[in-house]
Amino acid sequence: MKRIALLGMPNTGKSTLFNRLSGASARVGNWPGITVDLMSAKILTGSHIAELVDLPGLYDLHGFSDDEQVVRHFLSSNEIDLACIVVNSTQIERQLSLALQIRSLDIPAILLLNMQDESKRAGVTIDVEKMAEKIQMPVVQISAKYAEGWAQMLHTIAETIEKNTKKVSAQEVASRLEVDSQIESEMLSIVQETVQIPATLNNETTDNIDKVLLHPWLGLPIFIGAVFLLFQFIFTVGAPLQDAMAWLFDVTRSSILEPLLATLPVWLNGLLLDGIYNGVSTVAAFVPIIVLFFLVMSMVEDSGYLSRAAFLMDAFMAKLGLDGRGFVMVLMGFGCNVPALMGTRVMRSRGMRLLTMLTIPLSLCSARLQIFIFMIAILFKPSQAAWVMFSLYMMSLFTIFLTAIIFKGRFKNSEPFILELPPYRFPTARQIWLRGWQEVKHFLERATKFIVLGVVMVWLLTNFPSNVPSASAQTYAGQIGTLFAPILDPIGIDTQLAIALIFGFVAKEIVVGSLAVIYGLQGDALMAQMAQNLDWVQGMSFMLFSLIYTPCLSTIATLKTESKSSGFMWLSIIWSLLLAWVVSFIFYQGARALGF
Amino acid sequence: MRLLNNLKSGDLATISGFNAIHTEPSLLQRLVALGFRTGKQIKVMRKASFNGPLHVRIGSTDIILRESEAKLIQISS
Repeated sequence: MKRIALLGMPNTGKSTLFNRLSGASARVGNWPGITVDLMSAKILTGSHIAELVDLPGLYDLHGFSDDEQVVRHFLSSNEIDLACIVVNSTQIERQLSLALQIRSLDIPAILLLNMQDESKRAGVTIDVEKMAEKIQMPVVQISAKYAEGWAQMLHTIAETIEKNTKKVSAQEVASRLEVDSQIESEMLSIVQETVQIPATLNNETTDNIDKVLLHPWLGLPIFIGAVFLLFQFIFTVGAPLQDAMAWLFDVTRSSILEPLLATLPVWLNGLLLDGIYNGVSTVAAFVPIIVLFFLVMSMVEDSGYLSRAAFLMDAFMAKLGLDGRGFVMVLMGFGCNVPALMGTRVMRSRGMRLLTMLTIPLSLCSARLQIFIFMIAILFKPSQAAWVMFSLYMMSLFTIFLTAIIFKGRFKNSEPFILELPPYRFPTARQIWLRGWQEVKHFLERATKFIVLGVVMVWLLTNFPSNVPSASAQTYAGQIGTLFAPILDPIGIDTQLAIALIFGFVAKEIVVGSLAVIYGLQGDALMAQMAQNLDWVQGMSFMLFSLIYTPCLSTIATLKTESKSSGFMWLSIIWSLLLAWVVSFIFYQGARALGF
Repeated sequence: MRLLNNLKSGDLATISGFNAIHTEPSLLQRLVALGFRTGKQIKVMRKASFNGPLHVRIGSTDIILRESEAKLIQISS
C-alpha cells in the first residue's frame, strides 16, 4: 500500500484537511521509531488505496521541540511515497522553508497552498505555475475548509504517486536530514519572484475584535463572562435533552425489556436489567449534553479565542511558574484530560512540562461534568444549578493554581514563551458535525470497554454473597464500604457513594452508572431515592472529592508515558487523593460546624 | 541599542538583529521560523496588563511573546 504523509506548520488547517480527506474513518496507530500515536486513515487516490498519516504540526524540520523530533524520527524510520506539505497561503513568505526542507530530502512531495479563501481576501496573489517550476514540485491552491480545489488536489496526489516509482529509503532520508544549507536564500528568491503581498496585511475584522477581547482591563472579565454564558447555554439546552433520554430509557425498560426478559432466571434478569441496563442507560442519557459540550468546545478551540486567553492569562500564569499555554491546556482539559496532557509536548523545558502535567488532571473534564449535572439536579433547585456548576469550575481552577504554587519550586524552568496568534475563524458546520460524531464514537468505545465491565462488577459486589439482602452492609460492597468508613466518614461519604468513588478510579463515567446499580433504580426513581438519602452538604463533599481525585486510568497511563516516570505518575495520584480528601474535609466539617 | 521591549503599543520599527549571545540556538531558530528576520518591519499591537506579553505583527503573522524574549530582538526605527 502507498503511504502519504501530511506535513505543515501549526495553524495551517492541516487537521481540517486530514479530517475532510479521511471522513470519519481515522484511527490512532503506532509507528516505528516514535513513541507517540499518530492519526492515520485509508483513502482512495486514483486506483490505489493509500494510507494517509497526519504528522504533528512543526515550524522547522531541524527544530528541537518534541513534535519536531517526532516528525524527524518518523521520516527516518518509515518510507513514504508522497509528502503533502500544507502551507497557509497568507503566510507563505515564511512557510515555504518547510517545503524546501522536505524537497532537500528527495522525498516526492506536492505543495498545498491552503486557505486560498483567506489569502484572496487579503489580496495575496500567487503565480502557481511559476512557483511549481521554481520549487520543482506540483503546487495546488486549495481551501480545506470549503473543499475548494479538491478535485485537482486528488488528481495531483494520484498522478505524483503514479509517477514516482522508486522510493527513497528511510536511511537515505535520515542521512540527508543532517545536512541543512542555502534554504534561506532560495526561499527569499522564490517568494520575491512569484508572490505579491500588500505591504501591510491587515485583517480588519480580527483587529476590531481584538480591540475588545484583548482590552487591557476588560479582556479578562469578558473572557470569564463568555465562558460562563457558554456553560449556561449548554445547561439550558442540554438538560431537557437529558430528561428526554432518561424518560425514553425508562419507557423502553418497562414496556419492552421487562416483559421480554420476564422468563429469565432471577439473577440473570437482575444482572441484565438492574446491572447493565440501569447502569449504561443512566450514563447514556448524558450523551446529548456531552456532544453539545464538545460542539461548543470545538467551536471555541477553532475560533482562535484560546490563544487570546493565553495572552490574557500569561502574566498571572508566570507567577505560578507556568505560562499562557498552560492555561489553554487546562481549558482543553475541560473536555478531556488526555489530549490536554499530550498537548504539553509543545513545551521544551521538562520542568514546565511536568508542572503543567501535574495541574491538568485537576481540570473539570466532561466525564466529571456528568457526575455534577446528575448530583446538582438531585440536590439543588434549578435556579441554583448554574451557580453551583460555576463554583465547581472555579474550584477546579483554584486547585490548579494552588498545585502550581506548591510545586513550582520543584519544577523550576526558564521556558521561552512565544506563540502565534491565528486570526478569528468560524468553523464550518461540517467541522462541528465531525467533531460531535467523534465524541459519540469515543463514548461508545469507552462504554463497551469500561462502563459495562464496571457496572457488572458493581452489581456483583452489591448482590453477593447471595444469602444476604442486596445492597446491605453484609454484601461485598457493604464490607468494602465499612473498610473505608474511617477515612470517608469524616468527609460525609457513605457506603454507597464510597463504592461509586472506588469504581470512579477507572473512569468517571462509571460513577453515575454504578450509583444506579447500587440503588437498583434508574431515572426519576433513582434521583428521588438519592435526594432522601443525602443532604446537599454530603453531596457537595462527594462532588468536590470527585472533582479533585485522579480522573481515570487513561489519564494515569498518559501521565506515565508522557513523563516517562513512574515516580511522577505516583506523585500525581497521591497528591490528588490527598488534596481531594483535605478539601472535602474542610468543606464538610466547616459546613457542619456552621450548622448546615 | 534599542530592543523590542522598549517599544510602546502602536509603535512601528525594523528588526536590526538578535542579541545572539543570550539566545539559545533552538530559540533563535524558532524566532526565525516565525518570521523574525533582520530587515523585517515589526509593529507592536498591544501589551498585556501586569507586565504581560507583547502582541506584535510581522507581515501577516501575529505573535505574542514575553518581555524576556522581546529583549533578545534588536530594532531600529
